[in-house]
Amino acid sequence: MKWEVVIGLEVHVQLATKTKMFSNASTAYGAKPNTQACAIDLGLPGVLPILNKEAVKMAIKFGLAIDAKLTHRSIFERKNYFYPDLPKGYQISQFKTPIVGSGQLNIELEDGSEKIIGITRAHLEEDAGKSLHDYFQGQTGIDLNRAGIPLLEIVSEPDIRSAKEAVAYMKKIYSLVCYLEICDGNMQEGSFRCDTNVSIRSIGEINLGARVELKNINSFRNVERAINVEVKRQIEIIERDGKVFQETRLYDDHKNITLVMRKKEETQDYRYFPDPDLLPLVLEKEMIEQVRMTLPELPDARRNRFITDMNLSFYDASALTSYHQLADYYEVVLIKTDGQNPKLCANWVCDELLGTLNKFNLDITTSPVTAEQLGGILVRIIDNTISGKIAKQIFESLWKKEANNADDIIKSNNLKQITDSTIIEEMIDKVISNNTRQLKQYLGGKKQLFGFFVGQVMKVSKGKANPVEVNNLLKEKLIISIE
Amino acid sequence: MNNYTLSELSKSLHNGNLSSVELTQYYLDLIKIHNGRLNAFITVNEENAMIQAQVADQRLQQGTAGILTGIPIAHKDIFCTKGVRTSCASKMLDKFIAPYDATIVEKINAAGMVTLGKTNMDEFAMGSSNETSFYGKVRNPWNTSHVPGGSSGGSAAAVAAGLTPIATGTDTGGSIRQPASLCNLTGLKPTYGRISRYGMIAFASSLDQAGPMAKNARDAAMLLNTMAGFDRRDSTSVNCNVPDYTANLDESIEGLTIGLPKEYFDDALDNDIATTIENAIKIYESIGAIIKEVALPNTKLAIPTYYIIAPAECSSNLSRMDGVRFGHRCEDPKDLTDLYERSRGEGFGEEVKRRIMIGTYALSAGYYDTYYLKAQQCRHLISNDFQQVFNDVNVIMCPTTPTTAFKFGEKMNDPVSMYLADIYTISANLAGLPSISIPANFLNNLPIGMQIIGNYFDESYLLNIANRYQQITAWHQKIPNTYG
Repeated sequence: MKWEVVIGLEVHVQLATKTKMFSNASTAYGAKPNTQACAIDLGLPGVLPILNKEAVKMAIKFGLAIDAKLTHRSIFERKNYFYPDLPKGYQISQFKTPIVGSGQLNIELEDGSEKIIGITRAHLEEDAGKSLHDYFQGQTGIDLNRAGIPLLEIVSEPDIRSAKEAVAYMKKIYSLVCYLEICDGNMQEGSFRCDTNVSIRSIGEINLGARVELKNINSFRNVERAINVEVKRQIEIIERDGKVFQETRLYDDHKNITLVMRKKEETQDYRYFPDPDLLPLVLEKEMIEQVRMTLPELPDARRNRFITDMNLSFYDASALTSYHQLADYYEVVLIKTDGQNPKLCANWVCDELLGTLNKFNLDITTSPVTAEQLGGILVRIIDNTISGKIAKQIFESLWKKEANNADDIIKSNNLKQITDSTIIEEMIDKVISNNTRQLKQYLGGKKQLFGFFVGQVMKVSKGKANPVEVNNLLKEKLIISIE
Repeated sequence: MNNYTLSELSKSLHNGNLSSVELTQYYLDLIKIHNGRLNAFITVNEENAMIQAQVADQRLQQGTAGILTGIPIAHKDIFCTKGVRTSCASKMLDKFIAPYDATIVEKINAAGMVTLGKTNMDEFAMGSSNETSFYGKVRNPWNTSHVPGGSSGGSAAAVAAGLTPIATGTDTGGSIRQPASLCNLTGLKPTYGRISRYGMIAFASSLDQAGPMAKNARDAAMLLNTMAGFDRRDSTSVNCNVPDYTANLDESIEGLTIGLPKEYFDDALDNDIATTIENAIKIYESIGAIIKEVALPNTKLAIPTYYIIAPAECSSNLSRMDGVRFGHRCEDPKDLTDLYERSRGEGFGEEVKRRIMIGTYALSAGYYDTYYLKAQQCRHLISNDFQQVFNDVNVIMCPTTPTTAFKFGEKMNDPVSMYLADIYTISANLAGLPSISIPANFLNNLPIGMQIIGNYFDESYLLNIANRYQQITAWHQKIPNTYG
């Protein structure tokens, strides 16, 4: 039997506000435990929450970006449960009336096709603290620095059909919230987390299978692995005539297995009810329009512009617009090169730059070579001052901070390309006269030796000769030699 | 001294006949004498009080004093006071030293008043007799074998016995007005949102409101001037103009239309209390008021509605008392569940547990619609009744309580009859309306109060109406024998 995989994602985005959802405590990451938790975050008797308007604006921004229905009047509710890192014994969340209603998102699949994934809702809530199990022998420490950090929980429809689609969706959301600057995107620090609902059914079946929730998977790679291993588990159970139970499972990335965390019958009754300490959140038109004005160009629009205006391939344009910092970088390179060769710029950013960044485990925001510096190199390729090969040397020097800009390196190392044909001809003559044996073979029909001559000339020129010029002149010379 | 008004005390302090240190010492001495019997205070902080009094005296000398500077006050132990135990009369918070001041405490301190101490109350404000306190029952100064009412019973007893000239209270279902009525005081529950709830330990957040407990309407107005106002730390506090509540106290009430809700004057009402209200009404008529019978048809829904909403909210509000960060923690918990169960089991008293259980049940999956949601609908009906009535009349007058102060133990084993003690006061909380209780008579030497309910933000009017009555009558000037 063939199985269809049905996946829905709940993405938790920590909003990049300076202060917490309901208090003035700082949200900065990495402070000593409990130094960024005020009376409100600690849930001391008598304290009351005050809504952070920045978090509301960020939620609106997201809603506008996915063209969602915004809820005119949404209500904060209390989700009641006991846990040591939940100071009040309830989490302030939204239940019946999420601030962002239904919307949708386009994802691009590896075969180049597109798919629309429905977004059910996105709601505001506060993060819990952290339980620290490794600090005190036999005891658990509680760090409430994270308690109260605003979260936007984005819930998808069960429209996703494979682990690859799930990753594409998650990456798209990631790219979007970073573009919107409503999340710092730092996955190591937990700014972007994901719960995954996975079920399978036989193809053609309309009803959904029992849903398993995989908790808190914090990297794209693990989402893919966790889904694959869970799907495999479910198929094996059903094919053995077993039954998949609705439950919550944890993914263990060391062993690459999922383990049961909570069975359905242990599902908690959260006793949601409207938080009487907060007024209903009413979104006035004016506020929404104000937020709309701050919307940046979104990833899809930017990609399409890159395709149309810069004549880039879909692949390059998608890669360049996957992160707004990367797209920004590319656009600075374009400006620096007066937009003379967008394709060349795209190749350099996608291949040389990203390749080197990956090698050193860096990303675009920590690139040692700035967009201005890279633009400075490319300007010299475009105006024929240097060859691509020399450009790579210069790129390396800039990467190592050996100089500030390409022109300084060109000047001090005398790397200016040789385009003067008389100088190049002299070099060719020298190479030919020094390699008479190869010349004879070439003239005898061994045409592949042409490359050998090019290489020799480039070597003599220390890589500075303009390769196009070398090619042209060499052809002429060799023809002359035949004659 | 027990008969001095705040205005008189203020005058003496300002003209130098009396220093705040002398006045404070006087009350501290009285507390020493009487608190053993009355148990009105949980915490008395002499040292702090004397420092505040000295600072007040400096301000008085420098001419930077306000009208309340140097006057002592007592706070219900539900308000957080920085550096001072804030127990809510619960074992749970017996060792809780609040690290911050409630907004109203901050404001009252800034006005230069001197905090004598923290007054006893029903545990977490749940009760109508002050018998649920971890620190023991409070006695009614009018008859010490009777309850003072609750939950602000300590504040009421302290003011009635003259252990403080004025006190703060909170009112969730009658907790200011009912003890005021049973102790012969003027107690005002303002409009919901008029006074910040920040730093006031929540019982039922949508119903809780702080207010003054005073000897007379003018004193209440003076304290309300300091307590009222928008606070950005409380999203439910209302950002609207705070009038000078003392400005209109003496205005004529000619043309005032008083509504008498027929549902409140049914056969169940005690004859003496009915007569008391009738007599008071006659006095109002004599100074130009017009009387109308009105209908509040959903009155019978008030108690059941209240006893869903208040427990539901409190079941969630009290979840933070989990033994993890503050408050009572059991000895040697063997695991997390044990820590929760025993800390809470040991820390909370019977009535608190009863309400947490009722509330948890009312919010449970499958029961939410039947109970909580239905109660919210009933709450709307009750509110609408009042809005209908206020189309025709300016205020509503009715009893504050169905009986005078009852004896200790009389209702402790019968929660429902205890809940009925708030039958006339609860509706104003559900509707968020301001309401005042004023002394109106005595029966067997126990006070009887009368309640006046006004429309939203009509505190000024209520105080004016109360003050006019107090200019003609002398009930409010009576003080209990031993405490003259």
